[in-house]
Amino acid sequence: MTTTQAPVRTYKAHAQPAWRRMVLTRESAIIVMLVLVVLVSLVTVRNFDSPLTVTYLLRDVAPILLIALPMTLIIVTEEIDLSVASIVGLASVVTGLLAQAGLPFPLAALAAVLVGTLAGGFNGFLVTVVGLPSLAVTIGTLALFRGIAVGLLGTTAITDFPEYWTDLAKANIPGTPIPVIMVLFAVLALVFAVVLHFTPFGRSLFAIGLNKEAAAFSGIDVARTKFRLFVLSGAVSGFAGVYFTLLYSNARGDNAMGMELQIIAAVLLGGVSIFGGRGALHGVIAGVLLIGTLGSALRLAGISSDIINVITGLLLIASVVSTSLLAWLQARRSAAIGRRRGRDHRRSEPAPH
Amino acid sequence: MAIEVETPEGPRPVLELRRVVKSFGPVVALRSGSLALERGSIHALIGENGAGKSTLVKIVAGLYRRDAGEFLLDGRSVDFSSTAQSKAAGIAVIYQEPTLFPDLSVTENIFMGRQAVKRLGRIDRRAMRAEALEIFGRLGVSLDPDRVTDGLSIADQQIIEIAKAISLDARVLIMDEPTAALSGVEVERLFAVARSLRDEGRALLFISHRFDEVFALCDTVTVMRDGSYVDTTPIGDTTVDELVRQMVGRDVTELYPKLDARIGDVVLEVDGLTRAGVFRDISFEVRAGEIVGLAGLVGAGRSEVARAIFGVDPYESGSVRLEGALLPKRDPRAATSRGIALVPEDRRKQGLVLDDGVSRNLTLAIRSKLATWGLLWGGSENQAAQVWASRLDVKAAALDAETGTLSGGNQQKVVLGKWLATEPKVLIVDEPTRGIDVGTKAEVHRLLSQLAQQGLAILMISSELPEVLGMADRVLVMREGRLTGGFTREQATPEAIMHAATALTEAVR
Repeated sequence: MTTTQAPVRTYKAHAQPAWRRMVLTRESAIIVMLVLVVLVSLVTVRNFDSPLTVTYLLRDVAPILLIALPMTLIIVTEEIDLSVASIVGLASVVTGLLAQAGLPFPLAALAAVLVGTLAGGFNGFLVTVVGLPSLAVTIGTLALFRGIAVGLLGTTAITDFPEYWTDLAKANIPGTPIPVIMVLFAVLALVFAVVLHFTPFGRSLFAIGLNKEAAAFSGIDVARTKFRLFVLSGAVSGFAGVYFTLLYSNARGDNAMGMELQIIAAVLLGGVSIFGGRGALHGVIAGVLLIGTLGSALRLAGISSDIINVITGLLLIASVVSTSLLAWLQARRSAAIGRRRGRDHRRSEPAPH
Repeated sequence: MAIEVETPEGPRPVLELRRVVKSFGPVVALRSGSLALERGSIHALIGENGAGKSTLVKIVAGLYRRDAGEFLLDGRSVDFSSTAQSKAAGIAVIYQEPTLFPDLSVTENIFMGRQAVKRLGRIDRRAMRAEALEIFGRLGVSLDPDRVTDGLSIADQQIIEIAKAISLDARVLIMDEPTAALSGVEVERLFAVARSLRDEGRALLFISHRFDEVFALCDTVTVMRDGSYVDTTPIGDTTVDELVRQMVGRDVTELYPKLDARIGDVVLEVDGLTRAGVFRDISFEVRAGEIVGLAGLVGAGRSEVARAIFGVDPYESGSVRLEGALLPKRDPRAATSRGIALVPEDRRKQGLVLDDGVSRNLTLAIRSKLATWGLLWGGSENQAAQVWASRLDVKAAALDAETGTLSGGNQQKVVLGKWLATEPKVLIVDEPTRGIDVGTKAEVHRLLSQLAQQGLAILMISSELPEVLGMADRVLVMREGRLTGGFTREQATPEAIMHAATALTEAVR
């Protein structure tokens, strides 16, 4: 279909040169910081370079890494899921109870993942069908799922799990200090990155996060999309619960208490906007690793966990401030350019009446 | 075209505007607005949508500052930079839907921000309540001063706004389409209040689309058109037909050259479409190559019909068929893939993701088509974006430039391109040229005309009569949720359309 006989224009694909787009980003800043923290720790912290440190660091951070993947997608659509850590706890209890009841472990694990998926579906139902804000819904289900988990198991713990599975959870890739779970994470991360950045579905997530109404007018089913994300978040959290249980050979109702804040902090540190529509998965992975590495190095250096929390908190605030500062500087710069170019490039004009 | 307001011998006008100009960037909203309000008189201001009435009112209210022209109050030049200054000068504006504090009482709302106080700064409730009752008595209305305003009808809320104006001793009252949401009895009561205010010597300005009300209430009428003053006449010296002629009178055929297109088979068929309280029993069809204009006043339900057809909004009964096949309800995705495209009314909110790039916006509706094996690599989107941006001559620095940085006209081109990229069979455009500059407007019109020639079926919603008359092969008119007129290109006259849109169909026929 031809339309007007307008002169054929060719457009530059990008307003800025490639190096600027690659280097001057939030994600690059976090990656650089991660590398710096690793280098400084290697030089100054005793035992930081031991294989055992690497193994423990990656094991501990694995559940956070896993759940950060669906959390990123949810925050990109301007929603949030605060119930993930409670789902980890619930899945842990379900795994323990079913294993104790004599169910073969793989079946118990599958049931736990299923429970996580249902929990996510419940969140999704309340957010998309009932239409409640996800912040309120998941604060509620944070308490609800945790309550069910603690209620099912009381204050006891189940610690008896098949050795084959607990060994697998703790196993390393032969010849390396890297836990096997990292292989699974790498595959999942690749899938999530491709989905978010290179598929029509990923495009719809960013569009929803930036302008829900325009997304709906473009034929995107906003409710269904969000529902899927909450289900996905529940399923991944359920799986993380199984891993958590095996890693510590311990099924308890209060497992992973407070982990949701660590996850969300890492996602935001990684450059995902809490207002939706902005973010990249490699930044999130660097964000999780940065918080994990910093904590590990400081612990090794004999600093108490209270101080570590303070430092992590300051880091997060600093990163948010730096983003706002960057945005402000950019706005000033483009405003200056706009003034020079005159009236053509005015950002908007009000309606005529 | 615009002439000077004759200042009648007799009392000096309390408020006078002379050749006031206001523009927003390239868009001139008010070319030459003139108006003179006198004490003890009700003055009507009428004109089409976009004639500049609201802009004029906003200048008087202190919301906008004029670019040029004179604004006199009691013969002295004034220049308001805030609504507070306008209020202090004795001007009160009552809007169509008042904004009150719903949890506060009627009295508290009337005296908000300037409560009567006793010693030690304590609020004197009794004095305020007495004054509220006294005002209600003067207006001849009975309202409980102690009840909260939440749940009051719009008519009662307007009375509270009027009471507020009186307690401020406003000399000039401006009512911007106050009757739009009122029932017959409420309108009568409002008119009685307005007359008693006139008899107290205040000056009133009444903006309305309803001629019967203008004739029933007002003493003088001023007509505006295209941002300019047309004429002021005593109400007894004019007729409805004369006013309509003044509102629309201009040469429309030369503005928008419509190319002849071969009209083909029926493509879109809408039958009995109904959504309770919004629109009722809407039936029409659009043929290939045809541009059907949908005219009417703002709020007549035209955009809602378009959204229901496209599937963004629900409808209760009726059907939409595309080339004979039934279209599912509430499924914009199905509508898009079957060949319906909707360029929505509000491009900034509904049409575009302003914070995203031009390329992403142009390809948002066809993102699935552009994927190979389910994957989108940057190249395919930019190639498609390149094609559509250059066909529509979008002026942008780069394909990843944020769409929000483009001018209004170029933003509209991006929305058009986004939907033309879906290769639709039916294109619905809702106010396609609202708020864009004259040059781009002509481009959009030429584009629509060419698309029709290529066999596209086009439904064009527009509140601008010249646009409808210039572009459409057929004109449908809606009023208050119903189709009230259908005209061929030959039958469609400005007068006929305005009558069908403003409830005076019987009077003309």
